[in-house]
Amino acid sequence: MADLKALYQEVILDHSKNPRNFHSLPDADRTAVGRNPLCGDQFTVYLRMDGDTIVDIGFEGQGCAISKSSASMMTQAVKGKTGVEAEGLFDRFHELVTGKPAEPEALGKLAVFSGVSEFPIRVKCASLAWHTLKAALEAKGAISME
Amino acid sequence: MATKTELLMDVGKVREDFPILKRTVHGKPLVYLDSAATSQKPRQVIDAVSDFFSRYNANVHRAIYELGEEATREYEGAREKVAGFIHARSPNEVAFTKSTTESLNAIAYGWGLKGKLREGDEIVSTVMEHHSNHVPWFFVQDLKGVKLKWVGMTDDGLLKMEDYDTMITKRTKVVTVTQCSNVLGTINPVQEIAKRAHEAGAICVVDAAQSVPHMPVDVQKIGCDFLAFSGHKMLGPTGIGVLYGTEERLNEMEPLMGGGEMVREVHLGSAKWNDIPFKFEGGTPNMAGAIGLGVAVDYLDGIGMDRVRRHEKELTKYALEALSDVKGFHGFGLDDVERRGGVISFTLGDVHPHDIASILDVEGIAIRSGHHCAQPLMERLNVPATARASFYVYNTPEEVDRLAAGLRKVLDVFA
Ligand SMILES: Cc1ncc(COP(=O)(O)O)c(C=O)c1O
Repeated sequence: MADLKALYQEVILDHSKNPRNFHSLPDADRTAVGRNPLCGDQFTVYLRMDGDTIVDIGFEGQGCAISKSSASMMTQAVKGKTGVEAEGLFDRFHELVTGKPAEPEALGKLAVFSGVSEFPIRVKCASLAWHTLKAALEAKGAISME
Repeated sequence: MATKTELLMDVGKVREDFPILKRTVHGKPLVYLDSAATSQKPRQVIDAVSDFFSRYNANVHRAIYELGEEATREYEGAREKVAGFIHARSPNEVAFTKSTTESLNAIAYGWGLKGKLREGDEIVSTVMEHHSNHVPWFFVQDLKGVKLKWVGMTDDGLLKMEDYDTMITKRTKVVTVTQCSNVLGTINPVQEIAKRAHEAGAICVVDAAQSVPHMPVDVQKIGCDFLAFSGHKMLGPTGIGVLYGTEERLNEMEPLMGGGEMVREVHLGSAKWNDIPFKFEGGTPNMAGAIGLGVAVDYLDGIGMDRVRRHEKELTKYALEALSDVKGFHGFGLDDVERRGGVISFTLGDVHPHDIASILDVEGIAIRSGHHCAQPLMERLNVPATARASFYVYNTPEEVDRLAAGLRKVLDVFA
């Protein structure tokens, strides 16, 4: 049976109630908006870059507990990383939430999202902010997940 | 606690007819509360569809042999049943489409875009519509320079009828409205709206996707020009819908689909249309779907639409009471069940509707979360999304109790 406790872990609920880096960046040099039209979730991700390095990151918007906590924890995980490293982390994260973790140890705290793999419908929630980050890094501006 | 209601219908017996209600989800008996999205199907409908394919599958209207004759008889028989069900004057006023969506598009295209509408004409709609009664009219707006206006809504979910006084003008050619909101359940006074449209020389289009399945609907009493609904929301199969129009309107309307069946004669470069309703049924129709819908109509007639409506009123009343006991429950729409259908949209504290639906799913309870294809209405309500429970003939007060218990579980998870 699908395990609710594994999905809604303490850390996840905490981040959904008190999201970190939950603000815009006035001096952002990259931003992107990500939408999930199915459930109305929408996040804007702001990046301040130094060369290829993400020196600061913030996000705004609304979404379910999974999408919001994922966005919050993502901002903590990628701050100080290069764009390439962040995208690499997204690949690991995606493997985790789709139940095919190749290198779970690389994920650190993000490993709490492993419970998502039992709820395939929620994979999009967990990865919305990451897709948005990727769009910002690639200067795409907006993405929509169907 | 809410007081137990006495059901006037033998729901236990009805439930016996629905094979899917015997299954479990995540180890719990299924509680299906998403009939506004699509209804479940009784054995009688499932058997009718399978019977068509096992016993008399043949193309309708063309075959000169026994099977074709049987198929045509059943298909046309279904049209007669549907016509009777909505009190059409004749089966000729009923065309089969694939859905409400197709019916509304066919009207916007065939009567609007290719038919009667000219630049400068106006269409009066409402903020309460489903996307399928918004977007087809946007096509007309964009391609024809026709102006759209939207009647507003009060905070408790009633159309602002006074808006019609100012919005309907001599330029108005179409007044379109949903008879029952798929989000709030509000039942709109379509008879009055049709009257106002006609007084201004406009036609009235009714989206009946949420009304025909759940309450007695009489197109002659409403006095509308067109009315659209879907089979899959009324115990019938998917892929079959109904376009009702008065003979006069259907004759004025151009077909959306060109092809076989909808033509009388074809020469290189030109064609003459078949009579109504066949001119709207280009190509091989969804025969099994139509036949299944006919049986769904028989099934609903067997219960009686008055009793269907009464059952849902009782359940909705019970649910509004039982759910308001849950901490943080906020229901949208009217309190008065006389003016609303069996649809309850709600939020629960600051738990996102998506999380509510996920947690209920683990409890075996199926509800919907999101914008319910009514984003303009969500903007009006100023919420990004709601959770929605909707009822039908097979739902029980015990299932409402399980929903209430499920919502308490949601609160526990988020405590
Ligand atoms: C009020 C209303 N109109 C139109 C539709 C569209 O129906 P369908 O998807 O069957 O075409 C729906 C169904 O979701 C509805 O609730």
